[in-house]
Amino acid sequence: MLRIKNLHARVEGKEILKGINLTIRDGEIHALMGTNGAGKSTLSNVIVGHPKYEVTDGSITFNGQDLLSMTPEERSHAGIFLSFQSPVEIAGVSMTNFMRAAVNARREALKQEPLKSTEFLKLMRDTQKLVDIDKKLVSRSVNEGFSGGEKKRNEIFQMAMLQPTFCILDETDSGLDVDALRVVADGFNKLRTPQTSALVITHYQRLLDYIRPDFVHVLLDGKIVKTAGPELAKEIEDNGFDWIKE
Amino acid sequence: MSLEQSYIDLYAANRAKLLAGAPDSLNQYRDAAMEAFSTQGFPAKKVEDYRYIDVRAAFDGKQNYSMLLKATPLTAIKGNPISVNNTELLNRYYNKVADNHDPITALNTALTQECLCIYLTKNQQLEKPIELNDIFAAGVDQMEHKRILIILEEGASAVLLLHYMTRDKYHYLATQVIEVFVGDNATLQLYELEETHTSCTRFNNVYFHMGRYATVKHNNISLFNGTTRNTIKAYLKGEFGEVTLNGCVMADKNQTVDNNTLIRHEVPNCTSHELYKYVVDEQSVGAFAGKVYVAEGAQKSVSKEVNQNICASDEARMYTQPMLEIYADDVKCSHGSTVGKLDEMALFYLRQRGIPLAEARMLLMQAFVGQVIDEIPITSLCDRLHIMIEQRLKGELDQCVGCARCNK
Ligand SMILES: Nc1ncnc2c1ncn2[C@@H]1O[C@H](COP(=O)(O)OP(=O)(O)OP(=O)(O)O)[C@@H](O)[C@H]1O
Ligand SMILES: [Mg+2]
Repeated sequence: MLRIKNLHARVEGKEILKGINLTIRDGEIHALMGTNGAGKSTLSNVIVGHPKYEVTDGSITFNGQDLLSMTPEERSHAGIFLSFQSPVEIAGVSMTNFMRAAVNARREALKQEPLKSTEFLKLMRDTQKLVDIDKKLVSRSVNEGFSGGEKKRNEIFQMAMLQPTFCILDETDSGLDVDALRVVADGFNKLRTPQTSALVITHYQRLLDYIRPDFVHVLLDGKIVKTAGPELAKEIEDNGFDWIKE
Repeated sequence: MSLEQSYIDLYAANRAKLLAGAPDSLNQYRDAAMEAFSTQGFPAKKVEDYRYIDVRAAFDGKQNYSMLLKATPLTAIKGNPISVNNTELLNRYYNKVADNHDPITALNTALTQECLCIYLTKNQQLEKPIELNDIFAAGVDQMEHKRILIILEEGASAVLLLHYMTRDKYHYLATQVIEVFVGDNATLQLYELEETHTSCTRFNNVYFHMGRYATVKHNNISLFNGTTRNTIKAYLKGEFGEVTLNGCVMADKNQTVDNNTLIRHEVPNCTSHELYKYVVDEQSVGAFAGKVYVAEGAQKSVSKEVNQNICASDEARMYTQPMLEIYADDVKCSHGSTVGKLDEMALFYLRQRGIPLAEARMLLMQAFVGQVIDEIPITSLCDRLHIMIEQRLKGELDQCVGCARCNK
């Protein structure tokens, strides 16, 4: 599904990613851990095509397509979704208008008819129940005045609306209380198909109890320095990163 | 021959016809107004109030404008608040708040042919809003000098929408002066909506004279235009008056919108609010100058002025100049203005969800100016304007006549 080769990337002239190699196959869940500032969010932003991040070397293919030559919206239509570490607030744009535009843009890209208004509203309602997000949140402006946890829930709601095939969860667990964490993880698991794959960025073992990874990678200073099975997450939780650095 | 001279000559040549076609109540002011105009001339760019617009270029005779010379006074319909050249009203109110210190007003007073009067008697409540469609459809390049008088006697209330439109592709040059008298305890909502084309030039001077406990909500929406200058002056003359001057501007192509407002707190205990938002895109120019003046002794004045702008392209220009001039000590006044770009983070967020860049930009612009529309208390008008703004941003209202970009 996703193949990253020797990826180097800069932001504001500073090299952050220094040769990332990572392959994620259909249906696989990969966890990505690492110290603050190691470059985890940078990697997510590069995958979704944020214009501030400049790729200086390497390649990314997604289902065989050259991802780096695609616009952010094309990457989205191809099935890539990023649950942002810090979702932005967009005053004056209602969740409904936002989601209608997003759902129909994707449908257009897939050469499907736009949803009728009633169909769309039903999809909103059903999805809102599925991920157990408050109806009131969905009727407000995008993330405006949402609490940290509500923003994360809203990311999962959008994910459910758009049904991506490859999801990046960038610290979606941070700021969630225990119940919310379970709801969010359940939401994700319900959406999963056998083909859905994910890159789950987290600092904590607890999310990985709900979303079981096939692999755990450690990113330090712009490079993946260790890859192992799920037990690695437990080791990091107990012992930190110092033992890997050496 | 100077540019001014051509207008002086125009007046001289048409004076007899103008006098014959209009009542004394209009005619009596013409000569003095022309005199005031010729003394001052068109304001140069160095004149403070006209820094951001090239008035001379707007009035220069490149286009061979014909002047409308019709005089067909409508007969007043009983109970209808609208009439034309109503002598009784003109005698009491005409040219009482407008003044010749502004050369555009002076020119208008000299050349106007008729005055539309909207009159509400004491305690008269207009049940339904009145929409006046002012349609430019002359079939030739034309110059027009329009005059409107709006009078709300004590305790009256009304909602008015003035909708400026073009129906053909000719060049228009228009001056307009609106004098508004809002009596004690009277309430007026006045909406002005411009939806003209890129070869339409409008100079619109609006004067509000407000009594005790009078309320005015003015909302000035520039949806599509060529070159527009709105000069809006609100005089708070009675205590506990409250005025709101709001506006929003969407400009692109080679459009220019210059809004110049003045709110004068002349007595104590009045409140004023002002919210103007602009989105200027492509090669357009936006200007906002908002002055709040608090006279000596006008204690407990409260005023809040906000001007927020987005320059959506590198070539668009926005000038903003909020001003406070305060001669009383017990007042609460604030003003602020910002000029920014579209929020890059928000744009990217929308694109990550699959919304194409152009549509994402549109959503953000619509949300930005939409805040001004949301302040309108009439739901149906509010909804209609939101839809119009969406259509406008989608390019569905575009009317380009020889515009630099489209050249249609
Ligand atoms: N838009 C940006 N502008 C400037 N510097 C940036 C930007 N984005 C990331 N950086 C820098 O790049 C480095 C890596 O940041 P990144 O956000 O990728 O770290 P991270 O691994 O996600 O950390 P955390 O665990 O704290 O979320 C940091 O030094 C950060 O300051
Ligand atoms: Mg991060």
